[in-house]
Amino acid sequence: MATVDLKDVCKVYAGGVEAVKGVSIAIPDKALCVLVGPSGCGKSTLLRMIAGLETISAGSCAIDGKVVNTIGPTERDIAMVFQNYALYPHMKVYDNMAYGLRNRGTPKDEIDARVRSTAKTLELEHLLERRPRELSGGQRQRVAMGRAIVRNPKVFLFDEPLSNLDAKLRGQMRVEIKNLQRSLGVTSVYVTHDQLEAMTLADILVVMNAGLVEQSGSPLDIYEKPASTFVASFIGAPPMNLLPLRSGHLEGAVTLPPVPASASTLGFRPEDCEIRTEGADAVADGALRLLVEVEGVEPVGAESFVYCRVGGERMVVRVPGRVEIKPGDQLRTYARQEKLHFFGSDGKRV
Amino acid sequence: MSPRVVFPNTFLPYLLVAPQLAITLVFFYWPASQALYQSMLREDPFGLSSRFVWFANFRKVLSDPNYLNSIEVTMVFSTATAAVALSTALLLAVMADKVVRSRAIYRTLMIWPYAVAPAIAGMLWLFLFNPSIGSLAYGMRWLGINWDPLLDGRQAMVLVVAAAAWKQISYNFLFFVAGLQAIPKSLIEAAAIDGAGETKRFWTIVFPLLAPTTFFLLVINTVYAFFDTFGIIHAVTGGGPGKATETLVYKVYNDGFVNLILGDSAAQSVILMVIVIALTAIQFRYVERKVHYG
Ligand SMILES: Nc1ncnc2c1ncn2[C@@H]1O[C@H](COP(=O)(O)OP(=O)(O)OP(=O)(O)O)[C@@H](O)[C@H]1O
Ligand SMILES: [Mg+2]
Repeated sequence: MATVDLKDVCKVYAGGVEAVKGVSIAIPDKALCVLVGPSGCGKSTLLRMIAGLETISAGSCAIDGKVVNTIGPTERDIAMVFQNYALYPHMKVYDNMAYGLRNRGTPKDEIDARVRSTAKTLELEHLLERRPRELSGGQRQRVAMGRAIVRNPKVFLFDEPLSNLDAKLRGQMRVEIKNLQRSLGVTSVYVTHDQLEAMTLADILVVMNAGLVEQSGSPLDIYEKPASTFVASFIGAPPMNLLPLRSGHLEGAVTLPPVPASASTLGFRPEDCEIRTEGADAVADGALRLLVEVEGVEPVGAESFVYCRVGGERMVVRVPGRVEIKPGDQLRTYARQEKLHFFGSDGKRV
Repeated sequence: MSPRVVFPNTFLPYLLVAPQLAITLVFFYWPASQALYQSMLREDPFGLSSRFVWFANFRKVLSDPNYLNSIEVTMVFSTATAAVALSTALLLAVMADKVVRSRAIYRTLMIWPYAVAPAIAGMLWLFLFNPSIGSLAYGMRWLGINWDPLLDGRQAMVLVVAAAAWKQISYNFLFFVAGLQAIPKSLIEAAAIDGAGETKRFWTIVFPLLAPTTFFLLVINTVYAFFDTFGIIHAVTGGGPGKATETLVYKVYNDGFVNLILGDSAAQSVILMVIVIALTAIQFRYVERKVHYG
């Protein structure tokens, strides 16, 4: 129904804080764009600028091809789900959902029909007569979603909508949000600092750091080809192992494949690393071979994380199933050449 | 609500509240019971003896047209005072909420009138609006208004209401500012996104959420108008002209200390006491049930 185009958007707060320093993102129609990044990197600020809740200091924001810089939140035809849900405490669930429609002068029977059908989709029918304080956290979250959906806006904005839920419910709601967004086909911007949420939800993933976009693209592309050490260490759990290279050498390496001249950091994912105590020759030529000392093992059921130390640096290996490894063991680990990532001294991929 | 602390010891709690109980008994219950007793006595014209007359004083007071007039005056006066004080304070608080720069100074200035003693406040208004020397009265006459609160009962009422409300505005303002700050900003933002303009947001979100504060202030203001405005009325109009601004409290004073009809005056104060107890009871009931959203 609408595209969202940000061009060199900047935000300087009244106190002089530069929260967003020139961000350009083009979100196509019906896409779900996830903004992810560490705390304080400007995600909420960016989202609030799209909503019209913060002024845009420089650059432009266009919704559906129309620049909305000077248009207030009331006229932008967007809906937002807040982290604390921001339900109107003095209104029943029904009125919370109907409020936006009433303000826009929708006829009464249409309001009723829309509220009830939305409530049905979200399984809120039996809660319509309750006040927000009489709901559980998960139910409040659904009402907040319902309030956004019922209006049928051009764009959905979500600011960490699931961060107040427990892990299990969060997983459920994540799937549900994704399905809803797909079936409604509403362009959405979703802010989170949970990288798992970001990976699973996004059509377009935007990794932000200190007010700038570090990388944007499809989640798997970003996972497979992180553009910088920041992205590499932010996306993926546990994060990518990053080991410093000193003039082309790596401490603790038994064999090291050819290293690009400008590389100063070597990276590989914990799951791209194997542990083998014998049959070293079975490993393809040109693989990275490391001699590591085990510091600890974390079995989590289906897989185990082996925390190791190599040449004074820490790294993690992700092994399927259980392992018979004890702290203090000396191990050989291998990573295929094509699974290696190299980063320059500025942190950028080479 | 946090769970109650339970003292296993039965004696200690009483000991701890004893000073408070003693003060309440000596300074509240004892005078109150004296008033109750006095309200059933009638003195002879020379004040030499008194006899017990049961409820005769009440019957006399309640059938006295002057007293009924006083009730009416009090109703008009307290409703008007509370309404003016509340609405002005709310307006100022909403505007203060929008002030970005030197907010603190603005708020502090708004609070000052509260520190002015009632009689002084009354004098202030009296001087400003005195028909012969008041500067504002001069202005009003210049505007063509026939301003003479010393003769016109209605104008006198306007004057005392203005003075009484002026005094209470700062207090209300403080509470409204705090109440406004307690409303989460995200609610206002959500309402804006939901398509509500500023006026609509105020009436559908802000005002309902301020209801607990407003109701609390309504009771406080009514009680204030009933009981604490004696100084202002005394200074500004002295209950006149005629009995146009003679409120219940003022009449208690007039009958008791000026006219020395002690029995009637005591009966009136007992009636007042009943009124204040009723008001407080309503407040507790209503505040706890209706206007809390949690
Ligand atoms: N109203 C404000 N005035 C001044 N500075 C602000 C304001 N709001 C946010 N900031 C600053 O702007 C920067 C970005 O804040 P923002 O809320 O966008 O971060 P975020 O990425 O959403 O973080 P989080 O994940 O913790 O929510 C921070 O440094 C913050 O201190
Ligand atoms: Mg945020």
